[in-house]
Amino acid sequence: MSYIIDRRLNSKDKSAVNRQRFLKRYKKHIKQAVTDAVSKRSITDMERGENIGIPQKDIDEPAFGHSKGGVRERVLPGNKEFLSGDKIKRPDGGAGGGAGKGSASGSGEGLDDFVFQITQDEFLEFMFEDLELPNLVRRQLASTDTFKRVKAGISDQGTPNQLNIVRSMRSAYARRIALGAKKRRRRKEILAELEGREDSRESAVVALQEELVVLERKLANIPFIDDFDLKYNIHKKLPQPSSKAVMFCLMDVSGSMDQRTKDIAKRFFILLYLFLQRNYEQTEVVFIRHHSTAKEVEEEEFFYSRETGGTVVSSALKLMSGIIEDRYPVSEWNIYGAQASDGDNWTNDSPICYDLLANDLLPLLQYYCYIEISDRGHQELWQYYEKLAEVQADAFALRSLEDYADIYPVFRELFQRQSNGQLMSSGS
Amino acid sequence: MSKVLSENSEWTFELIEKYDAEIARIAKTYGLDTYPNQIEIIRSDQMMDAYASVGMPVGYNHWSFGKQFLNVERGYRRGQMGLAYEIVINSNPCIAYLMEENSMTMQALVIAHACYGHNSFFKNNYLFKSWTDAESIIDYFVFARKFIADCEERYGSDEVENLLDSCHALRNYGTDRYKRPYPISAAEEKARQEERAEYIQRQINDLWRTIPRGASDRAVIDEHRFPSEPQENLLYFIEKNAPLLESWQREIVRIVRKIAQYFYPQRQTQVMNEGWATFWHYTILNDLFDQGLVNEGFMMEFLHSHSSVVAQPEFDSPYFSGINPYALGFAMMRDIRRICESPTDEDKYWFPDLAGSDWLSSLHFAMENYKDESFIQQYLSPTVIRDFKLYCIVDDDQSDTIDVTAIHNEQGYRQVREALAQQYNLSTQEPDIQVHEVDVRGDRSLTLHHQQNSRKPLNEDTEEVLKHLHRLWGFDIYLFSYNGQEVEQTIRIPGKGLSLV
Repeated sequence: MSYIIDRRLNSKDKSAVNRQRFLKRYKKHIKQAVTDAVSKRSITDMERGENIGIPQKDIDEPAFGHSKGGVRERVLPGNKEFLSGDKIKRPDGGAGGGAGKGSASGSGEGLDDFVFQITQDEFLEFMFEDLELPNLVRRQLASTDTFKRVKAGISDQGTPNQLNIVRSMRSAYARRIALGAKKRRRRKEILAELEGREDSRESAVVALQEELVVLERKLANIPFIDDFDLKYNIHKKLPQPSSKAVMFCLMDVSGSMDQRTKDIAKRFFILLYLFLQRNYEQTEVVFIRHHSTAKEVEEEEFFYSRETGGTVVSSALKLMSGIIEDRYPVSEWNIYGAQASDGDNWTNDSPICYDLLANDLLPLLQYYCYIEISDRGHQELWQYYEKLAEVQADAFALRSLEDYADIYPVFRELFQRQSNGQLMSSGS
Repeated sequence: MSKVLSENSEWTFELIEKYDAEIARIAKTYGLDTYPNQIEIIRSDQMMDAYASVGMPVGYNHWSFGKQFLNVERGYRRGQMGLAYEIVINSNPCIAYLMEENSMTMQALVIAHACYGHNSFFKNNYLFKSWTDAESIIDYFVFARKFIADCEERYGSDEVENLLDSCHALRNYGTDRYKRPYPISAAEEKARQEERAEYIQRQINDLWRTIPRGASDRAVIDEHRFPSEPQENLLYFIEKNAPLLESWQREIVRIVRKIAQYFYPQRQTQVMNEGWATFWHYTILNDLFDQGLVNEGFMMEFLHSHSSVVAQPEFDSPYFSGINPYALGFAMMRDIRRICESPTDEDKYWFPDLAGSDWLSSLHFAMENYKDESFIQQYLSPTVIRDFKLYCIVDDDQSDTIDVTAIHNEQGYRQVREALAQQYNLSTQEPDIQVHEVDVRGDRSLTLHHQQNSRKPLNEDTEEVLKHLHRLWGFDIYLFSYNGQEVEQTIRIPGKGLSLV
């Protein structure tokens, strides 16, 4: 006797818990892999998961066993030319005969990595963790917050405020037709038969009349509207990005900026990008690098090329202003600026920067933030920017940071403003 | 009218029922005695879940199953491996998973293979009969999962995970090879667990009693070694005697031990089990064809997949990865039938009792009363050795060359057979490690003895495993590795300057 059961509709992801436990256990490895991946990826490329590799030896579960050595006897199939008594030269790699996988050379891991995929959500999660983002912000970053309600069909269940009257009445009507059809047909027949014989006292006629009365009563008893006629509208929330945004990444690439400083800056830019992308339908990024002169470049060049020479910050601000004028009319674009630097600037240039920002740029921008990645004391540029922050607190922020974990506080200012301000008007 | 059950390769539930009925009818004529079947159709991702839980339909949670899952998932996504067509669980009713992607032919093959082949093996082989209890195993898995989840809630999942890690490291050393426990149901298990927890704690307290005794008492006691005989079942020993474990921890040790015991017969009957199941799907599907129930297209597809299942790459082939248990098992099962039905003079000389006997009862007898090692020892015939061109090599690390000691000829048959049987002998494949002594009156250290087999040393995991053992035992662990009477290697955990795990 066999029972055949269709289990295909059973829940998915029976292994999800175990998978999570595995990820938790190897968090350190995964975080490292994510960190590496972040530096390899473009900042606009955060929408996919990642392959994570962990050295096999780190995840092996230990068990008693034999290692090579001693006397081993093995039976193998497919003998061709061997005769008993033959002596075969040992293959390179020492003992082990056919089994000789060995434990690899001294030069490193001989075994392959254990490689697996994490999803985009997990990827972001691990990256955010590095940045010590609070959970709420993580959620805001990883999901879209503005929604539009759209109709998504009709349902039998719902609350009274969702009642669809037309559909409910239509279905009640259909039910009434269906339930009464037979009786009405019969009534019609009876009426036809009784035509002209109303007064007759024949027993057949009397019976028909009685039946007619019963039918009328039954027909009258069919409820006009019933519980299961009710139809409700269902609505679905669709994510609704607002509109278009452009993000200007400005970075000092003079000799004093080392790769680590740039990596920190890169993470900051990534956060900003993710944030904008969740909130706007279309997000563009413009990279401007500068030393003594500024230039618009591709991302690759932005993060990974080095220049020598002095530093004139105002050159980048001028270029930004020019680009806005040419390509990003304020009426269409929400403009954000983010500047990263180690604080160096040409003497006498800082007042120019102040003027440029205060008069030309900030009126056009949603927000401008400056991060100084340095462990030395602040210089002139910082002092001028500080003044600017006092007068233009709602559109300008500056922070100094030394490490990855410092990035978030800067970012929070942006969020605070946004959650009070216009952007996230829908609230969540 | 044609009797053919189906014309194309699409399966439906009605067809599966029809095929199952026909296969059951034929299986009955061959005397295959099975548990009732529960055939479950699942999706491929569910199959990956089933894989990851290593054959437990209801498993407790542990990261290692997650690792397994990621591994399977990756292999499958990249197309490096196909998923098995089926997984079958030794339970009553016998649960078999069939993938929805399979064609009708494959479903029929799998039904014959798993639901009648493996199923009858589970029900009748002596190892399974004495080591596993198909009636209560699912209940037990449910109990185990619940118990471990409860412990996680009460004591924290990290605590439980650490304990499970340690138990898993020792799980191959958790079988009583000589006694068979009495099967009980989950409800009883629960009731007993509580009773046991209390009782054990009392016993242990007694063993570790520190109240001083009279001098005359002590003299007597010191002569008793504890344990009085070496113990090979390390997990059992821990469960009953570890001084510091709490009763819930003992119960988890027991769960891992019980589950390892459930899988113990499977590890020892791979060749036989797969050989038996393959033999029967081959025989039954051929009968279906002979009776006109399936058409040529069906047979072509079946033979194609059957022949890849029983293919044996030769030792120098890039696809070689050891002896294929399906190939060897199938060849031996068929060979037994051949020896019974049309013995040659050679067969009569080698198998005087088997030659000419009733093949069906001889085959059933073989299936019921052997495990891989003894089955090969008893039934591997010169014919099969020749067909596989088996040869035997000895690799001695003290010699410069690898010696070919026997090949498939008159002088070599016995030795090849002997050597191949040893290859399936768990007690030579796994290091022989036993509890030798506990210093009950002293520092409570636990001493293990390893007896080397053919000078084979322990692997590099040993220390790691001993750390796990140390976590369970709570006091120092010594391991002496003996070659004959001489100590080759000594490990002490915690080692000098080594912090506790």
